[in-house]
Amino acid sequence: MQNIKRTNFSENIMQAIFFLSAFISVLAVLAICLFLFMRGIPAIAEIGFMDFIFNEKWGPTNTPASYGILSMIVGSIYVTAGAIVIGVPIGLMCAIFLAEFCPDNVYKFVKPAVNLLAGIPSIIYGFFGMEVVVPFVRENMGGNGYSIMSASLILGIMILPTIISISESSIRAVPDNYAEGSYGLGATKEETVFKVVLPAAKSGVLTSIILGIGRAVGETMAVVMVAGNAVMPLDKIELFKPIRTLTTNIVTEMSYASGLHESALISTGVVLFVFIIILNASLSLIKSKAQRN
Amino acid sequence: MDRSMNNLNKRKAKAMMLKAFVWLCGILTVGILIYILLFILLRGIPNINLKFLFGEYNSETLSAFSSIVATVQMIVLSLLISVPIGVFCAIYLAEYAKRGNKAVKAIRLAVDTLAGIPSIVYGLFGMIFFVNILGFRTSVLSGIFTISIMILPVIISSSEEAIKQVPDTYREGSLGLGATRLRTVFHIVLPSAMPGILSGVILAIGRIVGETAALIFTSGTNVLKNPSLNLFASQRTLSVHMYMLASEGLPHSRNMAFATGSILIIAVFIVNYATTKLAGRIGRLSND
Repeated sequence: MQNIKRTNFSENIMQAIFFLSAFISVLAVLAICLFLFMRGIPAIAEIGFMDFIFNEKWGPTNTPASYGILSMIVGSIYVTAGAIVIGVPIGLMCAIFLAEFCPDNVYKFVKPAVNLLAGIPSIIYGFFGMEVVVPFVRENMGGNGYSIMSASLILGIMILPTIISISESSIRAVPDNYAEGSYGLGATKEETVFKVVLPAAKSGVLTSIILGIGRAVGETMAVVMVAGNAVMPLDKIELFKPIRTLTTNIVTEMSYASGLHESALISTGVVLFVFIIILNASLSLIKSKAQRN
Repeated sequence: MDRSMNNLNKRKAKAMMLKAFVWLCGILTVGILIYILLFILLRGIPNINLKFLFGEYNSETLSAFSSIVATVQMIVLSLLISVPIGVFCAIYLAEYAKRGNKAVKAIRLAVDTLAGIPSIVYGLFGMIFFVNILGFRTSVLSGIFTISIMILPVIISSSEEAIKQVPDTYREGSLGLGATRLRTVFHIVLPSAMPGILSGVILAIGRIVGETAALIFTSGTNVLKNPSLNLFASQRTLSVHMYMLASEGLPHSRNMAFATGSILIIAVFIVNYATTKLAGRIGRLSND
């Protein structure tokens, strides 16, 4: 009897420990929000919300100092859009290849290759970009090579594994009878894949694109090494000219920033964080919609 | 009849083109990977020497020794923090949580959110919280805590996945023999889920090895002459070492950046190989 009581006791204790461990994730998210906002919001208030978000002049060491991050918001949007333009078509086609066309003996090599691509550290991508992509852009497309184009190319490569793996599994999850129905009507394999299977997998593909956007927006080290990091006035932003994004703004200046300058960099992180939260929210929206269907 | 033949030929031509395009993208993806790997390895491996791997750091050797030791230290200690928390969280989610429970919803949302936060934001948080507010300064310790939060979602999701794949008959057998729920979890479910949990741990190791942005402002970019296990010293990890060498822009440091990159790639190779091996074992388990 005593024995049973004791096991009940340890059962309850451990269950509490399991729950507390699980709750640590919630605490971590709350702490990240709290401390980022605690440091970031007052700075935004001091600079003025409109002046922070919608001003293109960033000159923290000027007198009077100005802290506008519009140029970097636009920069982040440009490089992310570029990454999507480059990475999504290639990634999606590669996913279709893996799920529908790839012979088993080729799959054995391609699938691990995609996994390896996902495992390569961003610093390697950045260094590769600096050594290969930047000179390539400089010699073939003009400018000094450190540009939106280089950043987009590198980010496009970096989001490939995300796009490929998630799209592939969603294509594989389409029930076989969809394809069988299409074959029965006389469609070719390619027509079936592109017109029947792919549309049926669209919520998974959309998920992969949003995750890819998240990765591209948040990427720091690879971008800082290829983008040139100059703050450009909005009307001077060009594909083959340098650019500064939200993430690279933080990493290039944090080491010597202090006071309001440092807080403004943290506020840049807050803007980035809010952006990611919005992306996450749209993801769960897609998920719940897909579940309802 | 003629027209429909024509139409069919057109469709076939289009199909061939699509097929070729799909193959091309597959080949392109693999080609990019091979190009990156060879580019770094071919220039890096010739530059790896004993002084670089195990020597004292100075402007001539640019040794990675202390960074390697700091990286290993960071891996071990952050796993010590994250693995128990992550696995317990997975046990709660997979074995104990009731469906539709509000706390469970919040926990899942939190795990998803943590997985999506960019590493630079983790770096900022670590700088504000661990470095400044808790007063750990820019140190390996601050880096470890920051990284521990970052790898939590990786460990949680792979552990939960692995635990869920353990067949219910295992649990029923154990419970039927009179074992308590807790005993069943620790003696039956966890051992069966171990390959999946381990593959999550290895994935996490990969993330720690490759992390840069979250560490620059937490454990810092400082490099010590000789390796030290002092948790309160600011030390760079291998990836940060590579970043510092690459951004110096001198020919010698550039060569050594290639060498560091090669070590990183070899580490990633090992991590990937181990994960695939373990994943294969999970496959076999569920086929039994």
